[in-house]
Amino acid sequence: MTAKRNWTVFKENLGTQNPVFVQVLGICSTLAVTNVLRNTLVMCLGLVFVTALSNLTLSLLRNRIPPRIRMMVEVLVIACMVILVDIYLKAFYPDISRQLGPYVGLIITNCIIMGHAEAVALTNPPLISFVDGLSAGIGYSYVLLVIACVRELLGTGAIWGLPLLGPNWTNWSVMVMAPGGFFVLAVFIWIIKGWVMRPARKAGA
Amino acid sequence: MEQLGFFTILFSAVFTNNILLTNYLGMCSFLGCSREIKTALGLGTAVSFVTAATSILNWLVYAYILVPFDLVYLRFIVFIVVIAAFVQLVEMIIERVSEPLYNALGIFLPLITVNCAILGVSLFMVIRNYTFWQAFGYGLGAGLGWALAILAMAGIRQRLAQRSRIPRGLEGPGIALIIAGTMALAFMGFNGMVSLN
Repeated sequence: MTAKRNWTVFKENLGTQNPVFVQVLGICSTLAVTNVLRNTLVMCLGLVFVTALSNLTLSLLRNRIPPRIRMMVEVLVIACMVILVDIYLKAFYPDISRQLGPYVGLIITNCIIMGHAEAVALTNPPLISFVDGLSAGIGYSYVLLVIACVRELLGTGAIWGLPLLGPNWTNWSVMVMAPGGFFVLAVFIWIIKGWVMRPARKAGA
Repeated sequence: MEQLGFFTILFSAVFTNNILLTNYLGMCSFLGCSREIKTALGLGTAVSFVTAATSILNWLVYAYILVPFDLVYLRFIVFIVVIAAFVQLVEMIIERVSEPLYNALGIFLPLITVNCAILGVSLFMVIRNYTFWQAFGYGLGAGLGWALAILAMAGIRQRLAQRSRIPRGLEGPGIALIIAGTMALAFMGFNGMVSLN
Protein backbone atom coordinates (compact mmCIF):
# COMPACT_ATOMS: atom_id res chain seq x y z
CA MET A 1 0.00 0.00 0.00
CA THR A 2 2.59 2.55 1.03
CA ALA A 3 4.91 1.29 -1.68
CA LYS A 4 2.22 2.03 -4.23
CA ARG A 5 1.63 5.49 -2.81
CA ASN A 6 5.34 6.22 -2.85
CA TRP A 7 5.46 5.21 -6.49
CA THR A 8 2.52 7.48 -7.35
CA VAL A 9 4.17 10.44 -5.66
CA PHE A 10 7.38 9.64 -7.47
CA LYS A 11 5.71 9.54 -10.88
CA GLU A 12 3.69 12.70 -10.30
CA ASN A 13 6.72 14.70 -9.35
CA LEU A 14 8.47 13.64 -12.52
CA GLY A 15 5.49 14.25 -14.77
CA THR A 16 2.17 15.93 -14.09
CA GLN A 17 3.34 17.76 -10.98
CA ASN A 18 6.83 18.54 -12.25
CA PRO A 19 8.24 21.49 -10.33
CA VAL A 20 9.83 23.15 -13.34
CA PHE A 21 7.47 23.00 -16.29
CA VAL A 22 4.17 22.63 -14.48
CA GLN A 23 4.57 24.72 -11.35
CA VAL A 24 7.39 26.94 -12.68
CA LEU A 25 9.17 27.01 -9.35
CA GLY A 26 12.79 27.34 -8.44
CA ILE A 27 14.11 28.15 -11.86
CA CYS A 28 15.81 31.21 -10.41
CA SER A 29 19.14 30.04 -9.22
CA THR A 30 19.66 27.28 -11.66
CA LEU A 31 18.97 28.61 -15.13
CA ALA A 32 22.27 30.36 -14.62
CA VAL A 33 24.27 27.16 -14.38
CA THR A 34 22.74 25.36 -17.35
CA ASN A 35 25.24 26.69 -19.85
CA VAL A 36 27.72 23.91 -19.11
CA LEU A 37 26.52 20.34 -18.61
CA ARG A 38 29.11 19.44 -15.98
CA ASN A 39 28.18 22.32 -13.67
CA THR A 40 24.51 21.52 -14.14
CA LEU A 41 25.01 17.94 -13.09
CA VAL A 42 26.84 18.97 -9.93
CA MET A 43 24.17 21.53 -9.12
CA CYS A 44 21.40 18.97 -9.67
CA LEU A 45 23.06 16.39 -7.43
CA GLY A 46 23.39 19.04 -4.76
CA LEU A 47 19.76 19.96 -5.11
CA VAL A 48 18.53 16.36 -4.96
CA PHE A 49 20.59 15.84 -1.82
CA VAL A 50 19.16 18.93 -0.18
CA THR A 51 15.50 18.35 -1.10
CA ALA A 52 15.54 14.69 -0.10
CA LEU A 53 17.32 15.14 3.21
CA SER A 54 15.64 18.34 4.30
CA ASN A 55 12.25 16.77 3.64
CA LEU A 56 13.27 13.72 5.65
CA THR A 57 14.61 15.79 8.54
CA LEU A 58 11.63 18.10 8.68
CA SER A 59 9.26 15.19 8.56
CA LEU A 60 11.03 13.56 11.50
CA LEU A 61 10.82 16.84 13.41
CA ARG A 62 7.30 17.71 12.34
CA ASN A 63 5.57 16.99 15.63
CA ARG A 64 8.05 19.05 17.59
CA ILE A 65 8.10 22.24 15.55
CA PRO A 66 5.90 25.01 16.95
CA PRO A 67 3.74 26.29 14.08
CA ARG A 68 4.62 29.93 14.68
CA ILE A 69 8.29 29.53 13.90
CA ARG A 70 8.03 26.76 11.34
CA MET A 71 9.34 28.90 8.48
CA MET A 72 12.43 29.71 10.47
CA VAL A 73 13.04 26.06 11.30
CA GLU A 74 12.53 25.06 7.68
CA VAL A 75 15.03 27.62 6.47
CA LEU A 76 17.57 26.61 9.08
CA VAL A 77 17.34 22.90 8.24
CA ILE A 78 17.64 23.64 4.53
CA ALA A 79 20.56 26.00 5.11
CA CYS A 80 22.41 23.32 7.10
CA MET A 81 22.08 20.88 4.20
CA VAL A 82 23.28 23.50 1.76
CA ILE A 83 26.31 24.23 3.92
CA LEU A 84 27.21 20.54 3.79
CA VAL A 85 27.01 20.59 -0.01
CA ASP A 86 29.02 23.81 -0.19
CA ILE A 87 31.80 22.55 2.07
CA TYR A 88 31.96 19.25 0.18
CA LEU A 89 32.29 21.00 -3.18
CA LYS A 90 34.92 23.39 -1.87
CA ALA A 91 36.95 20.48 -0.54
CA PHE A 92 36.77 18.09 -3.48
CA TYR A 93 35.82 20.14 -6.55
CA PRO A 94 37.19 23.63 -5.92
CA ASP A 95 37.10 24.68 -9.58
CA ILE A 96 33.44 23.74 -10.01
CA SER A 97 32.64 25.42 -6.72
CA ARG A 98 34.21 28.63 -8.01
CA GLN A 99 32.33 28.46 -11.31
CA LEU A 100 29.02 27.90 -9.57
CA GLY A 101 29.70 30.98 -7.47
CA PRO A 102 26.80 32.01 -5.29
CA TYR A 103 24.36 29.59 -6.86
CA VAL A 104 25.08 26.75 -4.46
CA GLY A 105 24.12 29.03 -1.58
CA LEU A 106 21.03 30.05 -3.45
CA ILE A 107 19.66 26.51 -3.21
CA ILE A 108 18.37 27.77 0.16
CA THR A 109 15.91 30.13 -1.43
CA ASN A 110 14.92 27.66 -4.12
CA CYS A 111 11.15 27.65 -3.90
CA ILE A 112 10.86 23.95 -4.75
CA ILE A 113 12.52 22.93 -1.51
CA MET A 114 10.55 25.36 0.59
CA GLY A 115 7.33 24.38 -1.18
CA HIS A 116 7.80 20.68 -0.62
CA ALA A 117 8.90 21.17 2.97
CA GLU A 118 5.79 23.22 3.64
CA ALA A 119 3.29 21.14 1.68
CA VAL A 120 4.53 17.61 2.25
CA ALA A 121 7.13 17.20 4.95
CA LEU A 122 5.19 18.93 7.72
CA THR A 123 2.14 16.74 7.33
CA ASN A 124 3.45 13.36 6.22
CA PRO A 125 5.50 10.51 7.70
CA PRO A 126 9.25 10.42 6.97
CA LEU A 127 9.45 7.80 4.23
CA ILE A 128 6.94 9.37 1.90
CA SER A 129 8.41 12.82 2.51
CA PHE A 130 11.81 11.50 1.59
CA VAL A 131 10.47 9.96 -1.61
CA ASP A 132 8.66 13.18 -2.40
CA GLY A 133 11.77 15.30 -1.90
CA LEU A 134 13.91 12.90 -3.88
CA SER A 135 11.54 12.76 -6.82
CA ALA A 136 10.95 16.51 -6.85
CA GLY A 137 14.71 16.90 -7.06
CA ILE A 138 14.98 14.36 -9.86
CA GLY A 139 12.05 15.88 -11.75
CA TYR A 140 13.81 19.19 -11.58
CA SER A 141 17.18 17.75 -12.51
CA TYR A 142 16.23 16.00 -15.71
CA VAL A 143 14.63 19.15 -17.11
CA LEU A 144 17.77 21.13 -16.31
CA LEU A 145 20.01 18.48 -17.82
CA VAL A 146 18.03 18.56 -21.07
CA ILE A 147 18.26 22.37 -21.15
CA ALA A 148 21.98 22.21 -20.40
CA CYS A 149 22.57 19.73 -23.25
CA VAL A 150 20.77 21.98 -25.74
CA ARG A 151 22.53 25.12 -24.57
CA GLU A 152 26.00 23.65 -24.45
CA LEU A 153 25.59 21.89 -27.79
CA LEU A 154 24.35 24.95 -29.66
CA GLY A 155 26.50 27.41 -27.77
CA THR A 156 29.85 25.66 -27.99
CA GLY A 157 29.27 22.77 -30.41
CA ALA A 158 30.20 20.30 -27.73
CA ILE A 159 28.68 18.28 -24.91
CA TRP A 160 30.72 17.68 -21.77
CA GLY A 161 33.70 19.16 -23.65
CA LEU A 162 33.38 16.62 -26.47
CA PRO A 163 33.08 18.42 -29.82
CA LEU A 164 30.10 16.81 -31.54
CA LEU A 165 29.18 19.19 -34.32
CA GLY A 166 32.48 19.22 -36.17
CA PRO A 167 34.85 22.03 -37.05
CA ASN A 168 32.50 23.83 -39.45
CA TRP A 169 29.96 24.57 -36.74
CA THR A 170 29.54 28.24 -35.86
CA ASN A 171 28.86 28.70 -32.16
CA TRP A 172 25.60 30.33 -31.20
CA SER A 173 27.21 32.31 -28.42
CA VAL A 174 23.88 33.70 -27.29
CA MET A 175 22.92 30.22 -26.10
CA VAL A 176 25.51 30.20 -23.33
CA MET A 177 24.62 33.76 -22.37
CA ALA A 178 21.59 34.86 -20.39
CA PRO A 179 18.92 35.16 -23.13
CA GLY A 180 19.58 31.61 -24.34
CA GLY A 181 18.48 30.19 -21.02
CA PHE A 182 15.15 31.99 -21.16
CA PHE A 183 14.47 30.93 -24.73
CA VAL A 184 15.38 27.28 -24.27
CA LEU A 185 13.23 26.96 -21.16
CA ALA A 186 10.33 28.71 -22.90
CA VAL A 187 10.54 26.38 -25.89
CA PHE A 188 10.81 23.41 -23.56
CA ILE A 189 7.64 24.45 -21.72
CA TRP A 190 5.92 25.06 -25.03
CA ILE A 191 6.75 21.60 -26.33
CA ILE A 192 5.69 19.90 -23.11
CA LYS A 193 2.46 21.83 -22.68
CA GLY A 194 1.55 21.93 -26.35
CA TRP A 195 2.27 18.40 -27.45
CA VAL A 196 3.10 16.11 -24.57
CA MET A 197 0.66 17.15 -21.86
CA ARG A 198 -2.37 17.97 -23.99
CA PRO A 199 -3.18 14.44 -25.24
CA ALA A 200 -2.82 13.18 -21.68
CA ARG A 201 -5.31 15.75 -20.44
CA LYS A 202 -7.83 14.76 -23.11
CA ALA A 203 -7.51 11.11 -22.23
CA GLY A 204 -8.00 11.95 -18.57
CA ALA A 205 -11.10 14.05 -19.18
CA MET B 1 41.59 45.73 -11.14
CA GLU B 2 40.74 49.35 -10.46
CA GLN B 3 38.33 50.14 -7.64
CA LEU B 4 34.88 50.83 -8.98
CA GLY B 5 33.10 53.78 -7.42
CA PHE B 6 29.65 53.82 -5.86
CA PHE B 7 27.83 55.22 -8.90
CA THR B 8 29.66 53.04 -11.39
CA ILE B 9 28.59 49.96 -9.50
CA LEU B 10 25.08 51.28 -9.10
CA PHE B 11 24.80 51.94 -12.83
CA SER B 12 26.22 48.63 -13.90
CA ALA B 13 24.06 46.69 -11.45
CA VAL B 14 20.98 48.28 -13.01
CA PHE B 15 21.94 47.94 -16.67
CA THR B 16 24.89 45.76 -17.60
CA ASN B 17 24.64 43.19 -14.82
CA ASN B 18 20.93 43.23 -14.19
CA ILE B 19 20.34 40.70 -11.45
CA LEU B 20 17.25 39.30 -13.11
CA LEU B 21 18.18 39.31 -16.76
CA THR B 22 21.80 38.21 -16.51
CA ASN B 23 21.87 36.30 -13.23
CA TYR B 24 18.33 34.89 -13.33
CA LEU B 25 17.65 35.73 -9.71
CA GLY B 26 14.21 36.44 -8.36
CA MET B 27 12.51 34.62 -11.21
CA CYS B 28 9.68 33.09 -9.19
CA SER B 29 8.09 36.32 -8.09
CA PHE B 30 9.07 37.91 -11.39
CA LEU B 31 6.94 35.41 -13.28
CA GLY B 32 4.25 35.24 -10.63
CA CYS B 33 3.63 38.92 -9.90
CA SER B 34 4.16 40.62 -13.24
CA ARG B 35 0.63 40.64 -14.61
CA GLU B 36 -0.22 44.16 -13.49
CA ILE B 37 1.85 47.31 -13.31
CA LYS B 38 0.50 48.22 -9.89
CA THR B 39 1.55 44.96 -8.28
CA ALA B 40 4.91 45.09 -10.04
CA LEU B 41 5.55 48.58 -8.76
CA GLY B 42 4.76 47.59 -5.17
CA LEU B 43 6.97 44.54 -5.28
CA GLY B 44 9.76 46.38 -7.09
CA THR B 45 9.84 49.12 -4.47
CA ALA B 46 9.87 46.62 -1.62
CA VAL B 47 12.66 44.60 -3.22
CA SER B 48 14.82 47.68 -3.89
CA PHE B 49 14.46 48.82 -0.32
CA VAL B 50 15.21 45.43 1.18
CA THR B 51 18.21 44.65 -1.06
CA ALA B 52 19.78 48.02 -0.32
CA ALA B 53 19.28 47.65 3.43
CA THR B 54 20.25 43.98 3.73
CA SER B 55 23.38 44.43 1.63
CA ILE B 56 24.59 46.93 4.21
CA LEU B 57 23.54 44.81 7.17
CA ASN B 58 25.05 41.65 5.78
CA TRP B 59 28.24 43.46 4.85
CA LEU B 60 28.62 44.67 8.43
CA VAL B 61 27.82 41.26 9.87
CA TYR B 62 30.24 39.58 7.49
CA ALA B 63 33.12 41.99 8.03
CA TYR B 64 32.80 42.48 11.77
CA ILE B 65 31.42 39.18 13.04
CA LEU B 66 31.94 36.32 10.60
CA VAL B 67 35.46 37.10 9.41
CA PRO B 68 37.04 37.97 12.80
CA PHE B 69 35.54 34.90 14.48
CA ASP B 70 36.37 32.62 11.56
CA LEU B 71 32.74 31.65 10.97
CA VAL B 72 32.61 32.33 7.25
CA TYR B 73 31.19 28.89 6.48
CA LEU B 74 28.06 29.85 8.42
CA ARG B 75 27.33 32.74 6.07
CA PHE B 76 24.33 31.12 4.38
CA ILE B 77 22.48 30.66 7.65
CA VAL B 78 23.48 34.05 9.01
CA PHE B 79 22.54 35.94 5.85
CA ILE B 80 19.15 34.33 5.52
CA VAL B 81 18.39 34.95 9.18
CA VAL B 82 19.42 38.60 8.88
CA ILE B 83 17.20 38.98 5.83
CA ALA B 84 14.22 37.26 7.43
CA ALA B 85 14.58 39.24 10.64
CA PHE B 86 14.95 42.51 8.76
CA VAL B 87 11.87 41.87 6.65
CA GLN B 88 9.87 40.99 9.74
CA LEU B 89 11.04 44.17 11.46
CA VAL B 90 10.20 46.35 8.48
CA GLU B 91 6.76 44.78 8.31
CA MET B 92 6.09 45.58 11.97
CA ILE B 93 7.39 49.14 11.69
CA ILE B 94 5.38 49.88 8.56
CA GLU B 95 2.26 48.46 10.16
CA ARG B 96 2.66 50.82 13.12
CA VAL B 97 3.71 53.92 11.22
CA SER B 98 1.72 53.98 8.04
CA GLU B 99 -1.49 52.09 7.43
CA PRO B 100 -1.79 52.83 3.68
CA LEU B 101 1.82 51.88 3.02
CA TYR B 102 1.28 48.67 4.97
CA ASN B 103 -1.71 47.81 2.87
CA ALA B 104 0.25 48.51 -0.29
CA LEU B 105 3.50 46.77 0.62
CA GLY B 106 2.34 44.42 3.35
CA ILE B 107 1.41 41.49 1.18
CA PHE B 108 4.70 41.63 -0.69
CA LEU B 109 7.00 41.61 2.29
CA PRO B 110 6.75 37.91 3.19
CA LEU B 111 7.36 37.08 -0.47
CA ILE B 112 10.65 38.88 -0.28
CA THR B 113 12.24 36.62 2.31
CA VAL B 114 12.21 33.79 -0.20
CA ASN B 115 13.23 35.95 -3.14
CA CYS B 116 16.58 34.64 -4.27
CA ALA B 117 17.66 38.05 -5.55
CA ILE B 118 18.06 39.33 -1.99
CA LEU B 119 20.25 36.48 -0.82
CA GLY B 120 22.03 36.55 -4.18
CA VAL B 121 23.06 40.16 -3.70
CA SER B 122 24.62 39.36 -0.33
CA LEU B 123 26.46 36.36 -1.73
CA PHE B 124 27.78 38.20 -4.80
CA MET B 125 28.96 40.98 -2.55
CA VAL B 126 31.02 38.54 -0.49
CA ILE B 127 32.42 36.70 -3.50
CA ARG B 128 33.51 39.91 -5.20
CA ASN B 129 35.08 41.36 -2.02
CA TYR B 130 33.20 44.64 -2.13
CA THR B 131 33.98 47.49 0.20
CA PHE B 132 31.15 49.01 2.22
CA TRP B 133 30.18 51.64 -0.35
CA GLN B 134 30.51 49.23 -3.24
CA ALA B 135 28.24 46.78 -1.43
CA PHE B 136 25.66 49.48 -0.84
CA GLY B 137 25.82 50.61 -4.48
CA TYR B 138 25.49 47.05 -5.67
CA GLY B 139 22.57 46.31 -3.37
CA LEU B 140 20.67 49.42 -4.34
CA GLY B 141 21.46 49.00 -8.03
CA ALA B 142 20.44 45.36 -8.08
CA GLY B 143 17.13 46.22 -6.43
CA LEU B 144 16.44 49.06 -8.86
CA GLY B 145 17.43 46.87 -11.80
CA TRP B 146 15.06 44.17 -10.65
CA ALA B 147 12.28 46.72 -10.22
CA LEU B 148 12.95 48.09 -13.72
CA ALA B 149 12.80 44.63 -15.24
CA ILE B 150 9.57 43.62 -13.52
CA LEU B 151 7.92 46.94 -14.39
CA ALA B 152 8.81 46.59 -18.05
CA MET B 153 7.57 43.03 -18.00
CA ALA B 154 4.27 44.01 -16.35
CA GLY B 155 3.75 46.72 -18.95
CA ILE B 156 4.32 44.31 -21.80
CA ARG B 157 2.13 41.62 -20.30
CA GLN B 158 -0.74 44.02 -19.65
CA ARG B 159 -0.77 44.98 -23.31
CA LEU B 160 -0.31 41.41 -24.38
CA ALA B 161 -3.31 40.25 -22.40
CA GLN B 162 -5.56 42.76 -24.16
CA ARG B 163 -4.88 42.17 -27.77
CA SER B 164 -2.78 39.22 -28.71
CA ARG B 165 -3.35 35.58 -29.44
CA ILE B 166 -0.74 33.35 -27.88
CA PRO B 167 -0.33 29.67 -28.74
CA ARG B 168 -1.98 27.49 -26.08
CA GLY B 169 1.21 25.88 -24.84
CA LEU B 170 2.96 29.20 -24.41
CA GLU B 171 0.32 30.90 -22.28
CA GLY B 172 1.42 32.10 -18.86
CA PRO B 173 5.02 31.31 -17.96
CA GLY B 174 6.08 30.34 -21.47
CA ILE B 175 5.41 33.69 -23.07
CA ALA B 176 6.77 35.49 -20.01
CA LEU B 177 10.06 33.65 -20.43
CA ILE B 178 10.22 34.58 -24.10
CA ILE B 179 9.64 38.24 -23.22
CA ALA B 180 12.30 38.01 -20.52
CA GLY B 181 14.70 36.52 -23.05
CA THR B 182 14.04 39.35 -25.48
CA MET B 183 14.54 41.87 -22.70
CA ALA B 184 17.80 40.17 -21.77
CA LEU B 185 18.91 40.51 -25.41
CA ALA B 186 18.06 44.20 -25.32
CA PHE B 187 19.97 44.70 -22.08
CA MET B 188 23.00 43.02 -23.63
CA GLY B 189 23.28 46.20 -25.67
CA PHE B 190 24.63 47.86 -22.53
CA ASN B 191 27.47 45.35 -22.32
CA GLY B 192 30.95 46.71 -22.56
CA MET B 193 30.14 49.94 -20.77
CA VAL B 194 31.11 48.65 -17.35
CA SER B 195 31.44 45.11 -16.16
CA LEU B 196 31.33 43.64 -12.68
CA ASN B 197 33.19 40.48 -11.90
